Amino acid sequence: MAKGFFTDSTLCIGCKACEVACKQWNRLPADGYALSGNSYDNTGWLSGTTWRHVQFVEQFDAGQARWLMNSDVCKHCVQAACLEVCPTGAIIRTEFDTVYIQPDVCNGCRDCIAACPFGVIETNPDGIAQKCTLCYDRLQNGLEPACAKSCPTESIQFGEVDELVARAQARVQTLRASANPAYKSAYLYGVPGDGYTEEIGGLNAFHLLLDTPDKYGLPERPKLGSRATVPSQLGGVLTGALLALGAAISFRNRGARHDRDGGAATTTTTTTREV
Amino acid sequence: MPGLGTSYGRGGATTFLMDLQRTDCMVVMGSNFAENHPVGFRFVMKAQQQGAKLIHIDPRFTRTSALADLYAPIRAGSDIVFLGALINYVIQNERYFKDYVVNYTNAATLINPAYGSHNVDDDGFFTGFQPDAKPTPRYDTQSWQYQTEQGGVQQGNQPAQGTPETTTSSFSARVGQLLGGAPRTDPTLQDPNCVFQILKRHYSRYTPELVEEVCGTPRETFLEIARTLADNSGPERTAAFAYAVAWTQHTTGVQMIRTASILQLLLGNIGRPGGGILALRGHATIQGSTDVPTLYNILPGYLPIPTVQKNHETLGDYFAAETPPTGFFSNMPKYMVSLLKSWYGPAATRENDYAFDYLPRINGDHSHLPMFVDMYEGRIKGFMAMGQNPAVGGQNAGMQREALARLDWLVVKDLFLTETATFWKNAPEVQSGKLKTADIKTEVFFFPAAAVPEIDGSYTNTFRLVQWHDKAADPPEDARSDMHFTYHLGDRLKKLYANSTDPKDRALRDMTWDYLGDPEGHEFTIPDEPSAEKVMEEINGWKVGPDGKAALRPDGKIDLVNGFGDLRDDGSTACGVWIYSGIFTVREGQYVNAARNRKADEYASLGWGYAWPANRRALYNRASAKPDGTPWSERKKLVWWDAGAQRWTGYDVPDFIANKPPTARADWAKGGMDAHAGTDPFIMKADGKGWLFAPSGTVDGPLPAHYEPYESPMQNRVYKQHVNPITKIYTPKNAAGELANPYATDANPLKAAVVDTQKFPYVVTTYRLTEHHLSGAMSRWLPWLAELQPEMFIEMSPQLAKELNIANTEMVIVESPRGRIECKALVTPRLQPLRMGATIQHQVGMPIHWGYEGEVTGASANDLAALVADPNVSIHEGKAFVVNIRKKS
Ligand code: SF4
Repeated sequence: MAKGFFTDSTLCIGCKACEVACKQWNRLPADGYALSGNSYDNTGWLSGTTWRHVQFVEQFDAGQARWLMNSDVCKHCVQAACLEVCPTGAIIRTEFDTVYIQPDVCNGCRDCIAACPFGVIETNPDGIAQKCTLCYDRLQNGLEPACAKSCPTESIQFGEVDELVARAQARVQTLRASANPAYKSAYLYGVPGDGYTEEIGGLNAFHLLLDTPDKYGLPERPKLGSRATVPSQLGGVLTGALLALGAAISFRNRGARHDRDGGAATTTTTTTREV
Repeated sequence: MPGLGTSYGRGGATTFLMDLQRTDCMVVMGSNFAENHPVGFRFVMKAQQQGAKLIHIDPRFTRTSALADLYAPIRAGSDIVFLGALINYVIQNERYFKDYVVNYTNAATLINPAYGSHNVDDDGFFTGFQPDAKPTPRYDTQSWQYQTEQGGVQQGNQPAQGTPETTTSSFSARVGQLLGGAPRTDPTLQDPNCVFQILKRHYSRYTPELVEEVCGTPRETFLEIARTLADNSGPERTAAFAYAVAWTQHTTGVQMIRTASILQLLLGNIGRPGGGILALRGHATIQGSTDVPTLYNILPGYLPIPTVQKNHETLGDYFAAETPPTGFFSNMPKYMVSLLKSWYGPAATRENDYAFDYLPRINGDHSHLPMFVDMYEGRIKGFMAMGQNPAVGGQNAGMQREALARLDWLVVKDLFLTETATFWKNAPEVQSGKLKTADIKTEVFFFPAAAVPEIDGSYTNTFRLVQWHDKAADPPEDARSDMHFTYHLGDRLKKLYANSTDPKDRALRDMTWDYLGDPEGHEFTIPDEPSAEKVMEEINGWKVGPDGKAALRPDGKIDLVNGFGDLRDDGSTACGVWIYSGIFTVREGQYVNAARNRKADEYASLGWGYAWPANRRALYNRASAKPDGTPWSERKKLVWWDAGAQRWTGYDVPDFIANKPPTARADWAKGGMDAHAGTDPFIMKADGKGWLFAPSGTVDGPLPAHYEPYESPMQNRVYKQHVNPITKIYTPKNAAGELANPYATDANPLKAAVVDTQKFPYVVTTYRLTEHHLSGAMSRWLPWLAELQPEMFIEMSPQLAKELNIANTEMVIVESPRGRIECKALVTPRLQPLRMGATIQHQVGMPIHWGYEGEVTGASANDLAALVADPNVSIHEGKAFVVNIRKKS
């Protein structure tokens, strides 16, 4: 019985309750304190210590005024690249059909980080690869994941994937039929036949989106053997409306985030740049 | 509170969150609903999913706007123009709900001919303006009063002439005290002195063109909103409003709420499902703290506080001055005597006026701002800050920090060492050398507080719903609940004065103070923790036994009253807060704390918690039925008359006398509720009507009129008078006689200096973010919240940033007449310059969450805010003032 998330971005109010609930339940540290200048997003991207991440995309050009919000998470791919490349067998598929990294088996080799087409995995301050577990411990005790539980607007829905897909498809129909022109473009990313994720068999954590995948930092055609070239959020920013401002945006240095907590700076990605 | 109270009879939200599901059109204005009330916002989204339109009118495009079907930008502080133009639209296009307006509002009532046919039209003063009144201008309200059937004019509830009107009008004035004959009416609405015609004339100058010029909202956007609102009101459809402190925090705040209240009455949207006005409260139990209350000018349950400004010598004098002869508040003496019995027990007797003399009389405005002015000028020696952080949250916060430095002693009781606790070493004034730690003689005591999960108690939420919470864990170490602190402070004071023979100490000696021991027999790990349920028992009220204490039932339980209907004015009942009465009762031999109820359903959820009064969820819900008692429509059914059972019935608890038929005739001479007909839904009001026109209750006019914010870059284009002529201006002076605010030269708004807007050209509004709470005292210390919004910023448009050569995240200096702060620029197209006729006006925004303590620190926006306030409630104008901005080089 595959369990997963249906994240409906049209219902997200950007409250970040999901991020906080995730960190609280999973006892993840804060990542440092710096104003990104990128809308209301100050946590930047999914990482070894941020397993839910709310994206904010401001689109105020050509007469449109739109602020997209979406809570991003590990996709729990039906065919998971991370799991396939893991040399130690640390990454397993659970009885819930979710993808889980066993922290005591992981040796920190980083192969999974390179393999994930969505850039959701990072090492935590202990050097262990980590990401969303779909609250494996809560599931084992009959509880829903912390983020879905805390979401006040049902933007994050948890359940049986088949059932979620049916619900999501109905929702897309309703949105497209509604009078609101902004909803005409509603579609699902990560369900069978979506035209995006076939190669990896779809996603057990899928999204309802309004704009093209790249606006949310999602790859157009995630592949099993592909490498993540950019952290997921960076893609979103590069294509986001802030470009239109011509304003300089400085991205927070990833290493600095961990330093603030006394953890090790673990990535080599340089993310301080002028756009 | 007077905005809603004066219009409808109670200061609370007229509707409930779950009812928003049933709306056809949700207007959010003066509020950032999605960001600051995310859990309640789900009901708005449910309505949207059923086809309702969400309209957001706000200076900034926020997370609420992101979800809205229609967003309109507006200049901060111009809301009365926008709402007034909606009123004008509804009247001119005859889109008002005529049957509702004629029957349920005071539209037909005739006003004193002295009010005049062209009141306020040019100069901006209502009749009765007394510019030379001492100490500051005020209104004589006699010309605003109703005509009587006998051909005379009623006497208004006015403070005695010649005394300084420094306090707000009492609750009696808000519900109305109509003295002298039944109001005269013209149900055809044609008489030039009838409220409807006055309203029509008053708002005729509020046009879509004026909206564009003054609010900066494009005319087309305004008209689309007007059409949408009107299309979604009437017998078959309803529209709801939600506001929050972005309406209250203005020098015209109460009148902004009044304008929306009038509009909703005209559209027939009050008391009906999917309609109403939801006052979104800024804290978890801010409604509760007004009900119970923590305010200086009311007693629990909105009973008027005795004041030296009126004849409140004896209890009899007080009743004579404050009891309205008609309407539900005519029962006030029952609640007052029951309150005195609850506070003073056996010591409150008929012979001693139930110890009425123990109550202090107020002699002026003792609200937050004047209190800090007194402190700043050395008149207050000691201060307790419990769950409050004025060093960050206070207006002109630098002045407030300096005021703290002039105290002899300060008690801070909080979760963390807040800025208020450490001002003496870490305040910006200490950093700058303006204050020296060695010179500050304030002795500071810090008491660690218990957090909510460590306390039993209740919250009264935004729609008057009381919900109980049980303690889940003991507080760590020395941390204790506020109740623990307060109880033991009272206990020690009582012991200290136990042997005093001084008459002035009798109030303390006779005060009932019995809260130890749990009525339900729970074991406390902290043995001397008082029982929250005992407090709730007293709030509910009980019958008084022969010994003057609570009467006991045969089973040994306290003989609790079943509701405020049981309360008496003869000393036989005691009740701490009459409006909450009925919350804690004995049923089948068991105590039942209704705030504990947790039975939800798809709609009204009457089995979830307890909403005051009497568990009614939508107030004035008799108006959901036609005058004949049948629903206006099947789609909008809520409460109706069951002719068979001869009772009101429906999905909610009827807010009406349960068995009073729709055909009941009013008998004014009999008074009380008999003065209301079976068609009068606003039971608290003296005349049973919703007040379009307010003969009393608002001290700055019977109808809302637009005045500019006290600090505004533009001249008032509606009237000659620029600002609210009875704005409260505070003029604190330091020891050297210098003004804390250089422009606050005079408490008289007609004489005070006008701020130089060449120097401060930008309109600023302040606000909260989802990620933090108020001064940050509960959020900036938590890493998980701190990382989400780590630094103080000022939001500005790309256009303004370009003009000032400021790049995103660059440090800037923001200055107001009160001082300067430094923070980062957040450049975003969510802010747009306003095009107002020929001029372009820039608006910026600053969150209020940062200070110098905690996990993340930053400058406090409130350092810049002005010490001016609404004359009705003394609420500051934090939502619109002026600043200058420059790049920090
Ligand atoms: S909790 Fe729900 S609404 Fe809030 S940010 Fe997360 S997904 Fe969006």
